[in-house]
Amino acid sequence: MSYIAKPKVTHPKLKKNELGLTVRDYEGTVSTLCAGCGHDSITAAIIQAVFELGMEPHKLAKMSGIGCSSKTPAYFVSQSHGFNSVHGRMASVTTGANAANRDLTYIGVSGDGDSLSIGMGQFAHVIRRNLNMCYIIENNGVYGLTKGQYSASADVGSKAKKGPANRQMPIDPISTAIGLGATYIARSFSGDKQQLVPLIKGALTHRGFALLDVISPCVTFNDHEGSTKSYAHTRKHFHHVIDADFIHPKEEIVAAYNEGEAMPVELHDGSKIVFRKLNEDYDPTSRSAAFAFLRDSENAGEIITGLLYIDEEMGDMHHLSGSVDEPLSKIPYETLNPGAATLSKLMDRYR
Amino acid sequence: MKPTDTTHPDYFHKVVDCQWACPAHTDVPNYIRLIAQGRFSDAYMLNRESNVFPGILGRVCDRPCEPACRRGRVEAKPVAICRLKRVASDYRDDITARLPKAAARKNGKKIALIGAGCASLTVANDLLPLGYDVTIFEQLDATGGLMRTNIPQFRLPPKILDEEIGYILDMGARLELGHRIDSLREMLESGGFDAIFVGTGAPRGKELNLPGRNETQNIHIGIDWLESVAFEHTESIGEKVLIIGVGNTAMDCCRTSLRLGANNVKVMARKPRGFFKASDWELEDAEEENVEIVVNHSPKEFVIENGRLTGMKFDVMEYNIDANGRIDRGTAVDEVTLPCDDVILAIGQENAFPWIERDIGIEFDEWDCPVVDETTMMCTRDGVFFGGDSAFGPKNIIWAVAHGHEAAISIHKYCHGEDLYDRLPHGMNLSTQKMGIHEWSFSNDYDPAERRLMPHVDLKERFKKLDIEVELGFTAEQTLQEVERCLNCDVQTVFTSNLCIECDACIDVCPVNCLTITENGDEQDLRQRLSAPAENLEQDLYVSEGLPQTGRVMVKDEDLCVHCSLCAERCPTGAWDMQKSTLLIPYARDEANRDRRRKAAAG
Ligand SMILES: Cc1cc2nc3c(=O)[nH]c(=O)nc-3n(C[C@H](O)[C@H](O)[C@H](O)COP(=O)(O)OP(=O)(O)OC[C@H]3O[C@@H](n4cnc5c(N)ncnc54)[C@H](O)[C@@H]3O)c2cc1C
Ligand SMILES: Cc1ncc(C[n+]2csc(CCOP(=O)(O)OP(=O)(O)O)c2C)c(N)n1
Ligand code: SF4
Ligand code: SF4
Ligand code: SF4
Ligand SMILES: [Mg+2]
Repeated sequence: MSYIAKPKVTHPKLKKNELGLTVRDYEGTVSTLCAGCGHDSITAAIIQAVFELGMEPHKLAKMSGIGCSSKTPAYFVSQSHGFNSVHGRMASVTTGANAANRDLTYIGVSGDGDSLSIGMGQFAHVIRRNLNMCYIIENNGVYGLTKGQYSASADVGSKAKKGPANRQMPIDPISTAIGLGATYIARSFSGDKQQLVPLIKGALTHRGFALLDVISPCVTFNDHEGSTKSYAHTRKHFHHVIDADFIHPKEEIVAAYNEGEAMPVELHDGSKIVFRKLNEDYDPTSRSAAFAFLRDSENAGEIITGLLYIDEEMGDMHHLSGSVDEPLSKIPYETLNPGAATLSKLMDRYR
Repeated sequence: MKPTDTTHPDYFHKVVDCQWACPAHTDVPNYIRLIAQGRFSDAYMLNRESNVFPGILGRVCDRPCEPACRRGRVEAKPVAICRLKRVASDYRDDITARLPKAAARKNGKKIALIGAGCASLTVANDLLPLGYDVTIFEQLDATGGLMRTNIPQFRLPPKILDEEIGYILDMGARLELGHRIDSLREMLESGGFDAIFVGTGAPRGKELNLPGRNETQNIHIGIDWLESVAFEHTESIGEKVLIIGVGNTAMDCCRTSLRLGANNVKVMARKPRGFFKASDWELEDAEEENVEIVVNHSPKEFVIENGRLTGMKFDVMEYNIDANGRIDRGTAVDEVTLPCDDVILAIGQENAFPWIERDIGIEFDEWDCPVVDETTMMCTRDGVFFGGDSAFGPKNIIWAVAHGHEAAISIHKYCHGEDLYDRLPHGMNLSTQKMGIHEWSFSNDYDPAERRLMPHVDLKERFKKLDIEVELGFTAEQTLQEVERCLNCDVQTVFTSNLCIECDACIDVCPVNCLTITENGDEQDLRQRLSAPAENLEQDLYVSEGLPQTGRVMVKDEDLCVHCSLCAERCPTGAWDMQKSTLLIPYARDEANRDRRRKAAAG
């Protein structure tokens, strides 16, 4: 935490997006996290992504639970909506919000503790519903806010600053999400914005549940030797399996790709994700192949990163439940609640 | 790129744009901080160390620091550096006890200084405390050179001049007023001086030989005319005055004319705006007094009727300006005659040395200027030194001061039989400004305040007398706001490569996109790949060693850094630190100390 706010002064040649806003217009308040926290880098990547997408701040809703990671929505896009829920409940609060207003773009920021321990049930069910949202887990292997206890994502053998090494099996959010049927699954690293920013842009644009598991070192409680979520360890072991470029409908695909290496996938709004496969055998549209690959590389001690799975076909929660196109929040009360008489008529149909 | 060598004092010195641009390398940010703390006397003394005349320069310095000031690139206007210098002078206490003193014992060396302008006075200032016997020869009956004879009193009151020149003379310089040197040979042969310094300025105003020039008394050479006004030999001028030329001399001529009875003054410029020699602020001040600046008029002829000057004929010009902003010679498209009672020629000055014989070993170049070494200030004859306008043509006061300091070092070395080129180099001290976890010893927050404007004496009031100083000086409130605009460019961002864990915190927090971690490359390539393209080629890139985790490099573009310290605050490992750089400039006294140390070491 700094005593001064980031000065409003900017680089005189700062780029503007289609709304005439600069990246600085998407900032939030000054971070109160420890200096050097990976979460702050992810915040910067989110700011960059929403700026590049030219999103209108008031069409964005920032959702979170409890944890250092869950505090970060305060640090980006001050002028958007936000809900800081209780621990592990971000998923259900977002489900409710989305049910009521499907027109907003939902970005949920959670931690490994918030999602994989207390919020595990919520996490599973929000995937099952394929809720249209971008769900970011800022994964540091510890409960940062409560001073560094192992979380459910801590690897076997990983050492805390003091005390014995962890012996319990970790829960891997990526393989869990593949198993549960999520439709956009990616892993990245807070220290690799080049990879992270397009992944966030894709996740925000994807219709359905997009999970981003981002390794995000906790400088204070989990960046020492023996930790498997430190900057040094992550840098040493991570592998880009697939890089994805996000291409706006208005942009042309300019980069040249070798035949077979590149694979464009069109999203619902006309934007494209172009996969650049760094591993030839990998197929990001096959759930079972992705699962197998993940297991193998995990056994080899590799942290594989990139956009690991995508399914643009499956409908989101609104599609699955056949709800109306218009957001419920905009439908007049009388239409939305036609009264007790209509309800009993409706109930009669099930007797 | 190779890792930046920050051990060379020039690297961090260059980051302090104002100090780098100042010929005398005045420690600007440091004196601004002293002012901010209300330590006006300390700020004055710090100024005096390098520029000798803070009260004078705080009013009339050519201020090369201001166009260089980083604030002017981050926001529209630079810090009012010059005005703040005047604040230090205006609000100081009596500092006489803190001034350097003449040595108790003379060292037996006799030095002649020719001319009592700022160049000679600086040499005297540096040599008197070392025990030199200094004699100043001045042809006029007053000291100060052009500062007294040409800079009008409404810009520079004589009281200020007397005071600051007095500080030097009071150390015991022998002053020979009304003593023109007419032969350098004679002085060399029978003066008995160990060294001679020529500080005689560039005394000749340029002529404009057009038809009619010699048929009237109403055409004046600007610098001579200003001098005769200063000595009250001229007390009036006609109602309609044309000033030829649009440099700073022209600005002083037009404003002086208004105070001597003129009511219609036009400054005639050959070229369009943007190609004037006058500083913007001098133009502004003249235009505030309703002087009309007429562009694209090339002088052709003086119109004389019945032996009386009645007007002047001009060609009206048109110019082409190319893509690089260069202007062509222009073509005349029309001709006009403007009526006038007097014309003042202000088209430049030249050096003239009729009193230096050409066969005494002093080489002159094709423009009839002496050949002077830029480091030592010595000419081709050993023991004769030049400085100020006499050395390389007309410049300004602060350059004359800078020359004076260097000449004093050379004179000291020359008198002691030392190699003039074996000079003490610039030094640099660095000290961290960290006071607590997020606390710094300086005001690091960026203050968005705009530049304060100098209050002026009312337009009607100021013309009543010739010596009413127009600028009133900053008030306490203005000072308080202006000091906060300084970005403390001397508090450097210092990087320690092996501490960096590449967390990106500094990069994300930097408000002006100075920082990037990327693969190394050559400079041209790197400049394109940074968080924001580094297009100002005059500003350096600070490149680290390969970083421990990935081997990439940290690159800082120094151009727009506002020295807010946030990078250092957000860095978890202290890889960035804010350290104050203090430039150590050697003066003659430091050379003398070195001699003393050498002697002591030799036993
Ligand atoms: C109209 C005008 C306005 C200016 N305004 C500014 C300004 O606002 N700010 C600024 O920084 N600069 C200004 N300058 C420039 C500045 O005044 C000079 O650059 C500076 O004074 C040079 O100092 P100097 O010591 O080299 O010489 P000078 O100031 O010219 O002093 C030389 C002295 O030597 C004496 N001398 C000459 N020959 C002999 C001789 N043979 N024997 C004995 N004595 C001799 C002269 O009488 C004179 O006193 C201005 C110049 C002019 C003409
Ligand atoms: C219901 C409830 N149980 C426990 C807590 C205590 N608690 C606060 S944050 C936290 C864990 C946060 O871990 P994570 O989500 O990984 O966030 P991080 O701080 O590591 O980013 C816990 C257990 C709580 N706030 N509420
Ligand atoms: S901001 Fe201050 S230190 Fe920086 S160049 Fe300007 S005056 Fe000098
Ligand atoms: S001090 Fe650091 S954060 Fe502030 S502008 Fe300079 S480089 Fe950027
Ligand atoms: S904040 Fe410090 S450790 Fe992090 S990237 Fe910057 S210099 Fe390196
Ligand atoms: Mg955590």
